[in-house]
Amino acid sequence: MTRDIENIQTAWQASEALRSGRISARDLTRACLERIAALEPSLSAFLALTEEIAMEAAARFDANPAAFPDPLAGVPAAVKDNMCLKGVPCTCASRILEGWEPPYNATAVQRILDRGGVICGKTNLDEFAMGSSTENSAFKVTRNPWNTSTVPGGSSGGSAAAVAAGQVFYALGSDTGGSIRQPASFCGIVGVKPTYGRVSRYGLVAYASSLDQIGPLTRDVRDAALVLNIICGHDPLDSTSYPGESPDFTQALVRDVQGMTVGLPREFFAQGVREDVAQAVQEGARVLEKAGAKIREISMPNVGYALPVYYIIAPAEASSNLARYDGVRYGHRSGAASDHVDMFMRSRAEGFGAEVKQRIMIGTYALSAGYYDAYYLKAQQVRTLLRRDFDRAFQECDVLLTPTSPTPAFAVGERADDPFQMKLADVCTIPVNLAGIPALSLPCGLVDGLPVGMQIMARPFDEETMLRAAYTFEQATEFHRLRPAI
Amino acid sequence: MAVDIAESGFEAVIGMEVHAELLTRSKMFCSCSAEFGGEPNTRCCPVCLGLPGSLPVANRQAVEFVVRAAMALNCEINRETFFHRKNYFYPDLPKGYQISQYGDTPIGVRGWIEIETEDGTVKRIGIRRVHLEEDTGKLLHSSPSESEVDYNRSGVPLMEIVTEHDPRPGFDQINTAYEAREYIMQLRQILLYLGVCDGKMEEGSLRCEPNVSVRPAGSREYGTRTELKNLNSFRSVYRGLEYEIRRQIETIRSGGVVVHETRRWDEENEVTAPMRGKELEQEYRYFPEPDLLPFRFEEAQLEQLRRELPELPLQRRRRFEEMGLSRADAATLTSEKAIADWFEEAARDYGDPKPIANWVLSELLRLLNQAGEGIQSCKVRPAQLASLVRLIDDGTISGKIAKGVFEEMFRTGRDPGQIVEASGQTQISDEEAILSVVRKVIAGNERVAADVRGGKEKSIGFLVGQVMKETGGRANPRLVNELLRRELGAG
Ligand SMILES: [Zn+2]
Repeated sequence: MTRDIENIQTAWQASEALRSGRISARDLTRACLERIAALEPSLSAFLALTEEIAMEAAARFDANPAAFPDPLAGVPAAVKDNMCLKGVPCTCASRILEGWEPPYNATAVQRILDRGGVICGKTNLDEFAMGSSTENSAFKVTRNPWNTSTVPGGSSGGSAAAVAAGQVFYALGSDTGGSIRQPASFCGIVGVKPTYGRVSRYGLVAYASSLDQIGPLTRDVRDAALVLNIICGHDPLDSTSYPGESPDFTQALVRDVQGMTVGLPREFFAQGVREDVAQAVQEGARVLEKAGAKIREISMPNVGYALPVYYIIAPAEASSNLARYDGVRYGHRSGAASDHVDMFMRSRAEGFGAEVKQRIMIGTYALSAGYYDAYYLKAQQVRTLLRRDFDRAFQECDVLLTPTSPTPAFAVGERADDPFQMKLADVCTIPVNLAGIPALSLPCGLVDGLPVGMQIMARPFDEETMLRAAYTFEQATEFHRLRPAI
Repeated sequence: MAVDIAESGFEAVIGMEVHAELLTRSKMFCSCSAEFGGEPNTRCCPVCLGLPGSLPVANRQAVEFVVRAAMALNCEINRETFFHRKNYFYPDLPKGYQISQYGDTPIGVRGWIEIETEDGTVKRIGIRRVHLEEDTGKLLHSSPSESEVDYNRSGVPLMEIVTEHDPRPGFDQINTAYEAREYIMQLRQILLYLGVCDGKMEEGSLRCEPNVSVRPAGSREYGTRTELKNLNSFRSVYRGLEYEIRRQIETIRSGGVVVHETRRWDEENEVTAPMRGKELEQEYRYFPEPDLLPFRFEEAQLEQLRRELPELPLQRRRRFEEMGLSRADAATLTSEKAIADWFEEAARDYGDPKPIANWVLSELLRLLNQAGEGIQSCKVRPAQLASLVRLIDDGTISGKIAKGVFEEMFRTGRDPGQIVEASGQTQISDEEAILSVVRKVIAGNERVAADVRGGKEKSIGFLVGQVMKETGGRANPRLVNELLRRELGAG
């Protein structure tokens, strides 16, 4: 039995095993919970285990598998701890949310539960999803399963580590500036940021509303398509959610890039991208070329502004989104306050970590009356220019290919005192969020024994072309089969 | 204070900010009930509590209500309109920001409203903007050291209507407390006509925060203004502004300086006082609400809404005047849409507005007032009043009896014909029958009869009264008079 389970690499393989009756969902779930327990001391990927919820869902599946036709029914998973799971503490890895249990499920979480998904726990993250290494959690530092002295990336580092280490078969992350793709790249798995609006943000604790998007972290492209099938779709509770129908994303899984034009935007290969990383991605491009795609080098002149624009807009929205943590209704309330204003100030001072405070300060400043035009408004204008860069690029190309991160995973603590270096880890992913387009990261090589990720971007709501390119690459290579030796 | 404002050489400039809670069934951004009251915190959900992860979804009805109101206030409607976040900290503000509309794209801009001044001239008050926002919760101070918050009001849709402080050419400002009260009365009436707000000032569903400054009459400069809070009746709007204008004039005359501040109207002592805890100059850090998409109005949609606008009180009043009613009568009849509707229906049924107007203005409103009821719960249907007046016309009953009949109609809702028949109160118009009573009365009052015969015309009234008494008030008074005169050879 144990060996059976160890041979299961992906969620779709787990599904086949469940459907054939070779294993039960309960055994599979128990095995995952055991693996989580065994690896947790070295990885610290989880903030909470939801054993009861998981075992109940598994038992419901076992009792009547026919009632759960979805391929991911009965398959163990995890969600980042900034999404609401009813009755389970939602911390966002922050002290300020201490003790808060959401009375409702996030829409994406609800959709998984409705289809018989098995949620084993909530994963660690950088506090309020602000960070690129998962070192910024108020509770623990998550480690990269490939080398536990390195970071798993961030902010969905817990989800990425859990999937890469085989603790669960898939996990949900959230991506505001690369928080799914960058850790997927560091951990050698697949991570997708869908088009803005594809997945409801209802129940995702907001960091920057105009950039946040929920997406899957999986072991391969097929699994990513399966998770997208579940979580995508209109939600009347989120007015920014796309009202149109979602396709069956597994239909895009064909090895066919004949006639597809793949763009290599030169600016993404500058910006401090390590040569060996750039090379791995360029070799990736050649794989697609061999499969029939046309490769074209292009230029996107405004991409260089993405990082500064992001670090105005995201903190501005965050400063407003995080104002609700004031100690009045839930979470941490300071005991030492003299009046209500003092209570707000002390609760926030005690509850938020340094990175969060810094971004709140930056955002508050950028939105204040005297500076709004110079910072926030200007940033929005540049964001529009950047979007035009993408529009132009997609007139010539069907997908764009870039590195996901300029480097492989760095060492724990290495960039902790150098905020600028830290933020450069997202330099290739941030433009995607500003433009609202979909992008995916998948493994395309190893550098110093650590995975390197390749990013594929596509037109808005054209996840299918993106998945097709990714699947073609994956089927032509072996990188997705590499597993960390943990 | 003794200052006579009109004689002081100063004039006031008053700006009005009015918040009207919309009569939508659900709140602005969630499906919780927007009804007033309720046990604290029973009408709340993750959205109106601003729980982490919750998102707003705009109430279309609220948007339409504001469009209708803005149209009725003669505003231009912005084709595309945005929501903004207004960021500030307060315990009753669950998200740390209020979703509102800021900047130059509120739903309605550049409108006006007409009011009548004390001397009867008409002023056209410019309206700067009409926009939509959400209400906050409510703080309850349970003890000196503790406060509790009720979030039932949190997220209730609020419409804000702001007058133009520096009016465009051809438009006026509000300059007196009287005009300010007129303005709020007119506005309230319009909102009631549109059915978008219940207009209850005491319950806070219509709140008004005027700001006022004074300057030497004729000056174009503006003085330092103060803002008044806690005005929850027409009376307090009037009294509060009167007081504040006098206070500012006094202050300046005695060499003092008016301080820019928010002042509370103390209803009991009839004074204004600075709000405790000086309000800081707020920095609201407005920015476009990223959780909501901009609203775009299609031309056809706006046309549809415009077509559905009801006739507004002022238009209606003018139409009633054209029907031949006096200005005062028309004003009273149009003060409430339901009353005007009732009147019009009865007038149409009867075919002549005047007698119907008299009945509504005197009897119907009196009885409603006495019963403390609104026209909505009135048992008498308009057609029943029309048939009552017809019973007078055709001589079936006298006007005097009709009043009693109407009271019974009001109590029971029965038809006038039925009531008259059942009580046998039909008017006696049979000459023979009246003549016999007339003769009987003359015989029994020889002296008075002699006086009349002798030319003492006035004494005939006594005899008429006697006849009416004999017939239980049912004799046709015209016939009684005629027959008496014939019998006595008078007139
Ligand atoms: Zn609600």
